[in-house]
Amino acid sequence: MEPIKTIRSRTVVLPLENIDTDQIIPARFLRSTTREGFGRNLFADWRYDASGAPKPDFVLNQPEARGCTILVAGRNFGCGSSREHAPWALTDYGFRAVVSTEFADIFRNNALKNGLVPVLVDEPTSRWLIEHPGAEITIDLETTSLALPEGQRVSFPLEPFARYCLMNGVDELGFLLSKSADIDAYERRRAAV
Amino acid sequence: MNPQPKTMFEKVWAQHEVVPETPDTPAVLYIDLHLIHEVTSPQAFAVLRERGLRVRRTDLTLATMDHSTPTRTEQVFGGAPITIESAAKQIRELERNCAEFGVELLGLQHASRGIVHVIGPELGVTQPGKTVVCGDSHTSTHGAFGALAFGIGSTEVGHVFATQCLLQRKPRTLAVNVSGRLRPGVTAKDLILGIIGKLGVAGGTGHVIEYRGEAIRALDMDERMTICNMSIEAGARAGMVAPDDTTYAYLKGTPRAPKGEAWEAAVERWRQLPTDDGARFDREIDLDASTLEPMITYGTNPGMVIPISGSVPAPNGDPAFAKSLAYMGFDAGTPLRDKPVNVVFIGSCTNSRLSDLRSAARVLRGRKIASGVKMLVVPGSQQVKRAAEAEGLHQIFLDAGAEWRESGCSMCLGMNGDLVPPGQYSVSTSNRNFEGRQGTGARTLLASPLTAAASAVRGRVTDPRELLA
Repeated sequence: MEPIKTIRSRTVVLPLENIDTDQIIPARFLRSTTREGFGRNLFADWRYDASGAPKPDFVLNQPEARGCTILVAGRNFGCGSSREHAPWALTDYGFRAVVSTEFADIFRNNALKNGLVPVLVDEPTSRWLIEHPGAEITIDLETTSLALPEGQRVSFPLEPFARYCLMNGVDELGFLLSKSADIDAYERRRAAV
Repeated sequence: MNPQPKTMFEKVWAQHEVVPETPDTPAVLYIDLHLIHEVTSPQAFAVLRERGLRVRRTDLTLATMDHSTPTRTEQVFGGAPITIESAAKQIRELERNCAEFGVELLGLQHASRGIVHVIGPELGVTQPGKTVVCGDSHTSTHGAFGALAFGIGSTEVGHVFATQCLLQRKPRTLAVNVSGRLRPGVTAKDLILGIIGKLGVAGGTGHVIEYRGEAIRALDMDERMTICNMSIEAGARAGMVAPDDTTYAYLKGTPRAPKGEAWEAAVERWRQLPTDDGARFDREIDLDASTLEPMITYGTNPGMVIPISGSVPAPNGDPAFAKSLAYMGFDAGTPLRDKPVNVVFIGSCTNSRLSDLRSAARVLRGRKIASGVKMLVVPGSQQVKRAAEAEGLHQIFLDAGAEWRESGCSMCLGMNGDLVPPGQYSVSTSNRNFEGRQGTGARTLLASPLTAAASAVRGRVTDPRELLA
């Protein structure tokens, strides 16, 4: 994984609450057995009509959305299925961060393991961002803060270990493998009971 | 006297801490049972291959296939080709991965195959006090046995393969206290829909739910599984029910439960699991089961639910609410009862066990489904299928005009091609009414097997109590 220090971009706004992982990547696309290529089907049923043509009123199909790497969404983003294909689709499309007032647990875990930063903000910040689509903002992992265009900074919570992994491009499997001696000891202890 | 009373969750968590959490690092949590299936495992096997790792505990890993598998008998057993090539490939890849890494696979034609959350309990590998994970959010089902069971992503599937552990922050606890008893015609499905309606779809985020109280104690294991299954629909990490004699009676004699002295010792251990008197939960909510009616959803998440005699609520200014009603083609203030139904699905990890099929058959016996309605009955496992056929339930379904299929996830998410056509209304015993969940443009109303069967008979949304003598 690429280390992430800051993400600076204009925002794309999907103001809806409870955007579930079936919307992010519908089940029929989960028959792939690799991690790649999900971006073209990100939000497929909102993005394309039955013939496969882009729906012009959907935000990702508008010219302003091009090149944006930060998605702002309503509360409880990523609810539903545990499919990691959801963050794979978002990152493959080009998103690096999602800003919301609440994230579903499994989605947040999956996002963090794929270099997609879940940025949890308070209600007023979320409302401002939703009312100002296309705002240029900066997400800084060093200070765990989000800078609004006028320079106002809002800090966001990020679990220290997850932050360390994101900033250093480290994946968690290496850390877990380094605990092998502890795992061996635990298994011996359990076997003795 | 115990100086520090603990919840069941806290006990199970403490017993599985390989390394406790610190402010800087999450806990290393040991996993007792890792269930895998064809959709979320291939990318994890690929990581093992890339890094030259093996599956650390093949004896704690069990594979089956359920999501992409066909439900037509000729495709499962008759050698007819699987129509969707990508599904066939996914199935072959799981076979290849399991063979290469030495993982036991209950494959397409295996007598014990089924939906992963149905077969774990059936085989008796799901047990009280275990940590159970699977790359599937409905892993919460196994919590019905007093296990700590939760869904994980594919990267985490790889972590468990390689280390039998996960890095986890300790969730908070939420007690859902359910007093009273369910009234006739009101089922566990209605109860969990009622709980989700009260909590909301994010009400359980960051929490492990323990379902407690008289109404929960009175439920059989199939019903407790239905409850725990949908914990994730309230956003919860997991749902649990304390083990008791009902649990032990279910597990005793299952193929892989402990036997003889080991059984006695296990039960002795399991009896220590329930939450101690005086233990504190981070949050609690209360519900009276006796006030519930059959429940049905009207929108595009499981929290958008009303009693079957109710009307679609008025808009609350939320754009998602308006979008949801537009998708469903419903108007605020109108009743759901008597809305026309095109498709009825009895199945999924929520409601595909023998008691669910009995429940549907109770309504369908001696009746026909309405003309123009397509009804699919998909048992949760091959074992459920055989048991249902031994009782003649399949004949009741066939005589009524429904289709009787081989086991799998089927129309819950349509990955295998069992789809609800665009714009059609489906009364489904599954767990998600998200936009497009059962097929692009499909409109899903979640309900119990009783309500689904009654709606099939009338061809309209029907309160099952009208058809129950």
